[in-house]
Amino acid sequence: MDTSTTKPTKPFTLPARGQPPVIIDDPIQRRAAADSLLEAIDRGERVETEIHKSLRAADHVLEVRDFNLFYGGTAQALFDVNIGLPRHQVTSLIGPSGCGKSTLLRSVNRMNDLIDGVRTEGEMILEGESIYGPSVDVIELRKRMGMVFQKPNPFPMSIYENVIYPLRIDGERDKAVLAEVCEKSLRHAALWDEAKDRLKDSALGLSGGQQQRLCIARAVAAEPEVLLMDEPCSALDPIATGRIEELIDELRGSYTVLIVTHNMQQASRTSDFTAFMYRGYLIEAGPTQDIFTSPHRQETEDYITGRFG
Amino acid sequence: MSIAEPPGTTRSSDGAAPPANDSVRLRGRSRKRLTSLFAHGEPMVWLSGGSLVLALFMIIGLMALVLRMGFGTFWPGPLHELKLHDGSAVLGEVTRVQEIPAAEGADPDEAAKLRTEVRVGNFDITGVHFRWIDNAEILEATTPEFAVLIERLEWGRFYGTPVAFEIGDERVAEGAEAAWAAFEEHHETVRDRWERARDIEKHDVGKVNHTLEAARLSVRRVGLDHGFESPEYRAASAAADELAQGYEAEYAELRAIVDDLDTQNEGYRIVMATADGEEVPLDVEGIVRAVPANMLTTVDKWGVYGSRWGEFLTAEPRESNSEGGVLPAIFGTVMMTLIMTIFVVPFGVLAALYLREYAKQGVLVSIVRIAVNNLAGVPSIVFGVFGLGFFCYIVGARIDELFYYERLPSAHFGTGGIMWASLTLSLLTLPVVIVATEEALAAVPNSMREGSYACGASKWQTIRRIVLPRAAPGIMTGVILAIARGAGEVAPLMIVGAVKLAPELPVDGVAPFVHLERSFMHLGFHIYDLGFQSQNSEAAKPMVFTTTLLLISIVVLLNVAAIGVRSRLNRRFGTGRI
Repeated sequence: MDTSTTKPTKPFTLPARGQPPVIIDDPIQRRAAADSLLEAIDRGERVETEIHKSLRAADHVLEVRDFNLFYGGTAQALFDVNIGLPRHQVTSLIGPSGCGKSTLLRSVNRMNDLIDGVRTEGEMILEGESIYGPSVDVIELRKRMGMVFQKPNPFPMSIYENVIYPLRIDGERDKAVLAEVCEKSLRHAALWDEAKDRLKDSALGLSGGQQQRLCIARAVAAEPEVLLMDEPCSALDPIATGRIEELIDELRGSYTVLIVTHNMQQASRTSDFTAFMYRGYLIEAGPTQDIFTSPHRQETEDYITGRFG
Repeated sequence: MSIAEPPGTTRSSDGAAPPANDSVRLRGRSRKRLTSLFAHGEPMVWLSGGSLVLALFMIIGLMALVLRMGFGTFWPGPLHELKLHDGSAVLGEVTRVQEIPAAEGADPDEAAKLRTEVRVGNFDITGVHFRWIDNAEILEATTPEFAVLIERLEWGRFYGTPVAFEIGDERVAEGAEAAWAAFEEHHETVRDRWERARDIEKHDVGKVNHTLEAARLSVRRVGLDHGFESPEYRAASAAADELAQGYEAEYAELRAIVDDLDTQNEGYRIVMATADGEEVPLDVEGIVRAVPANMLTTVDKWGVYGSRWGEFLTAEPRESNSEGGVLPAIFGTVMMTLIMTIFVVPFGVLAALYLREYAKQGVLVSIVRIAVNNLAGVPSIVFGVFGLGFFCYIVGARIDELFYYERLPSAHFGTGGIMWASLTLSLLTLPVVIVATEEALAAVPNSMREGSYACGASKWQTIRRIVLPRAAPGIMTGVILAIARGAGEVAPLMIVGAVKLAPELPVDGVAPFVHLERSFMHLGFHIYDLGFQSQNSEAAKPMVFTTTLLLISIVVLLNVAAIGVRSRLNRRFGTGRI
């Protein structure tokens, strides 16, 4: 993989490129501006990200700078993405299918390395350390993050072993530590009461919602700096989804969460910040409240109100 | 989909209605009252079901034949005495009755003539084991009460009636009943003595011989290392001579015990009369089993049946394998299959792991995969030739040169043996294991691998902790197939170590206890040998079925063990509870 990046030398701030946001009040003018923006994207022109001031000012755990990603050399999936994840807050990525939300998420823990022919440009910084630097050990990097997938993917082993898997592969052998981490993680994932009597049972015997909470427990077991969630509720029924959303709410304050979702209600309910992506471009990012009530850009509003996508 | 929607109504997720022109086209078509037979698919049900039934029919037919013939071999049937028109008489077991093929030009209306095959035994007197007798020649058939079937160590079976029992020169019993009683009284003790003598000869004397041979070889080794004129050689040689002298006394002592036992047995004879009235004295120690077939109650018959099965399963073969047991062959088959499994499973699993997990999927990997699959189609005899050329003549000869040079020119590892046979069969079954393992690995969902990577696991950790446990049941399926294939294979074994009669088992009490270089007996080869190489093929025929039954049972047993392991793994890593 090509990582043509430089190490950051000075404290990083999100680039304030382009003009400060001009909020257009006239609906007709707004519409015209939106149409021209989408057309510009269709023509392949670069588009500036509209980042709200409060997001720009937040304390960022992870910062993404001018990030581009190519599949197989020519097909570009991400265009100049710039965003920061505020510490101990939930940030959601929304956008129509194929807009690059999952690709961006998987770039954070370099899961895209597993796909042949993926090339990246730009930089991601986790707590001041480069993610795509030439001397980065990918395995150690992934240990600093937890990831929850679209479909629950518990391992074919006991519930207990599933939860402590990240510690096992790290070589932790102290039974007391393992048991403590297991209980703590399961409590974090709101699964302890249901699973405490069947820790030795196969994890595959759990229901779908329980499996997904188990995966969350596994993801938080190693105290990750960032928790990545790739549409964690899309394979679950509404009740299980509700529980996971409650859970995400509880994780706020102790974990920095990046969540991809198709469901705009979910984004509005669970996240503190929301980023809207379209065709590989990050169009607008800001506090969820603002994005859903008074977005700066017409296309964001169009998407949120269901006019396209 | 909204919750309010009644069940049964479905709507595509994007909510689009089906294109309208579809229904227009449908409206124009005439509707049929019934779907056509082929649209129903009913014939396919019958076709597929029929295929299964045909396959089952053939398998059940084969199994029924093997079971019937295999289990029937040892059942003691009645003995018939046939008096013929020419005045002679025949005593024996009727084995079958069939029509005489009509001669050319014979009257087709004439009733078919029958003939009877009788196992008459007494090969030392008559020179035949079986006789065909035209039914027309038979004057009368009886089942004499005292007719006895005797299974001997040599010359096969003897059919006759007891006349007298002798100890030394003295007749201790006259007449059928008394002679039989005397025989029953003495037979067991005589046989015990005989068995003790053979046991001493085989184990104790054998041990002395082994020790002396080892001493001789070690002296020769010293000679080869230091020269035959060196003081080391002289010292070793003197030590060996001393050892040999020490053993000489022990050897003489053992010999004396054996001779004493044999002398005690001498003179115990039962005099038997053949159907023709000829009196034949038989040494009691040479009689394995005597069955007064016509006097047996059902319980006695079961006793004889069980004792014959017992001998078959636990004794060594005699009479060029057509009589006695097959223990060495059972031992050889099981041991060879197990060694093969030990070699082929890690080898095949590692190869499949590289192919599926590490290698970059592309043209080269596809070519390798096709080549591996085609390897399964190579005739097994070719593997045998390769095994002989590579393992025996190259690897084995090199081992001999390096470690066993004192034995040369007689080959130790440089000839067929159970080790080379197992390795040859490992190669033969390797494609099966590789293909099954690859499929099992491919069936592991990618989401599990990704989950593991996301936890910070390396590739190897992911394979070891997630992929392999999950694929284990599928790998076991490959092992089961390999065992079934390997245990039944005969052709390659004939040239890499399976022999008609192995003097020693590959495992015994002589250090180093496991002798992988030894040739061995194999049930599959035993079947071939019985059926096609035996001089007394008519008598060996039932043994072929019995041995086949045994081989099938062993394969089934090994497979059941493997299936047991698989279902345990399934329970552990499948959807169920641990």
